[in-house]
Order: sequence, then structure tokens, then C-alpha cells
Amino acid sequence: MTTTTTQLPAEWRDFFALTKPRVMSLVVFTGACGLLAAPGTIHPVIGFTAVLCIAMGAGGAGALNQWWEADIDARMKRTAARPLPQGKMDPVSARDFGFGLSAASALLMGLAVNWLAAAFLALSIVYYAVIYTIWLKPRTPQNIVIGGAAGAFPPLIGWIAVTGEGTLMPILLFAIIFMWTPPHFWALALFVQTDYAKVGIPMMPVVAGEESTRRQILAYCALLLPLSAVPWWIGGTGPVYGISALALSAAFLALSLPVAFRRRAGEEDAMKPEKRLFAYSVLYLFALFAMLVADHFIWGQGISS
Amino acid sequence: MNMSPDDRAELKRRQRSRNIALGLILAGFVALFYFITIARMGG
Repeated sequence: MTTTTTQLPAEWRDFFALTKPRVMSLVVFTGACGLLAAPGTIHPVIGFTAVLCIAMGAGGAGALNQWWEADIDARMKRTAARPLPQGKMDPVSARDFGFGLSAASALLMGLAVNWLAAAFLALSIVYYAVIYTIWLKPRTPQNIVIGGAAGAFPPLIGWIAVTGEGTLMPILLFAIIFMWTPPHFWALALFVQTDYAKVGIPMMPVVAGEESTRRQILAYCALLLPLSAVPWWIGGTGPVYGISALALSAAFLALSLPVAFRRRAGEEDAMKPEKRLFAYSVLYLFALFAMLVADHFIWGQGISS
Repeated sequence: MNMSPDDRAELKRRQRSRNIALGLILAGFVALFYFITIARMGG
């Protein structure tokens, strides 16, 4: 580790890469949608600050995750180009950057927005960096199910930034992303599973087998269909969201069917249905939350149930 | 620490770009805190 490149300080771009910008774009989007769909009003500057804090928290948690998993990342094709495995940055800088960003995000949320939102933000960071990354991911094939909760926090935090209280609607938004994560991630794990097996991460396809994983993907998609419409049924949204949710979830379920009932045709299998399901899952989340916000502005303020 | 002229130039370049990035972030936070204060006093 005493090459000339490691003696030089890391570039700012490397710190930016530590925050997992692509994951952050989904986090910022769902967080902002939770904020925009919530009943009541928030000053635009405070609203912006809340979304910034969610992004900073996610970035800090992402940096801590990469600090902890640098040795694993080095041995997986998908992650080998990250700054730490590449030796572009020393681990201490990554760790301090992660802690600093995490602490600053929660503190700023508390001071500028409200302390309930700050508490949930802090909880989500600890959940991702400690409970998921350090504890569950290397130990159980249910890692994605339980750890997926970390990614489900942003819309809940955005909502609570406006209302200042925990109600049923933000918990439902949390539950929807929670239910969405396993089929989203396992579709990916099906076509990159050789990498996870190599580094000893117990992903569901490796531990329980492909067939079981495929059935579980279907089960979660089937549960997501009614769950995604609950905000409409309890009167928290109008039909613009409700009907969109049913249509989007029905398509998600339809795309999961070929994944559930097929088998890999040898090593040369292109895994097209799995890749299609994964690509759609990202589109699904963006579209669902966009419709939630659209519904709010078309039907006016939803009730705060 | 012995450095070649090329390494020294690279070090200076990285320090400069990091300082510029940090400066912009700090300036951004100064502006943000100003507007947060105005917003919260107004509410």
C-alpha cells in the first residue's frame, strides 16, 4: 500500500463516488416525493434543507458502507472500481467522511426542520451502516428483506419533515418500498450471483437456491399489488394515485411471472427476464412516487390519516 | 518525503481542486444557514 498513488490525497471526485450517487438519486427522489405529497405546508428553504439532509445522510451511510466493505468490494466485478479497492483513498479518510456527513445531516435536520425527522434520519443511517452492512448482510440470506428497510426510510422522513408527526401514510410509504426491495434486488442478484458467492455474502439465490428465490420474488410482487393501493383505500390519496398504483403493480407482477417460472438454461443464459424485471423495478418506484405527488396536486391536500 | 517533480505537480493540483470544492461547499452552507435563519424567523 506504499505506492505513489496512495501517498497523494484523494480527489474530491473520489469522495463524491463514496456517497453512491446513483443510489442517492432514488433516495432524493422518494424523499422529495414524501415531502411534496404530505399534507400541510413547508417553507421552500426548509423543504430543500430536509431533502439535502436526506441526501447527506444517505451519502454518509454509503461512505461508511464502502469503508466497511472495501475488501469485499475489491473482489466483486461490479464494485472493484470504487475508490477504496482502487487504492485512490486511504480508509481513514473514507471513515471520517462517512461519520462526518452522517452526523452533520442529522444535526442539520434537527436544527432546521424538526427533531422527529432528525431521529428517523439518524435511525435510517444506523440501520444501513450497522444493522445491515455490519450485522445482517454477511450473516443471513434475509439480509435484503430486513436491510431493505433502510432504503424505505426517505419518503417517511420527507413526509415527517412536513407534518412533524408519525401517522399511517408515511408508514405505508415505508411499507411499499420495504415490499419492493426484495424483488428489485433479487432480480439483480440472480444475474450477478456468481460474484456474491465468491465473496461469501449469503444472497438468497446462493443459499436457498434459484428456484426458491424466483418464487419469493413472485410472492413479494403479489403482496405489493394490494399494498400499493392501500393509501387510496384508506382515503390518504385520490384515484390518480390509486389506479396508477394498481396498474404499475400489476405490470410488476406480470413481469415477475416469467422470472418465477423459468430456469436458467445453462451458463450461457442471457437472463433477459431477470434483467427486464430489474430495469422495470427502478422505473416502477419512480413512476409510483411521481403519481403520488401528481395525485396530491390534482386532488389538493390529502387527509393526514 | 521525496517526490518527483511530476508527483509534486499532481499533489498541488489535487490540493487545489479539493480546496476549491471545500470552499464552494462551505460557501453554500453559509448561504443555506442564512436562508434557514430568515425562514425560521419568518415562521
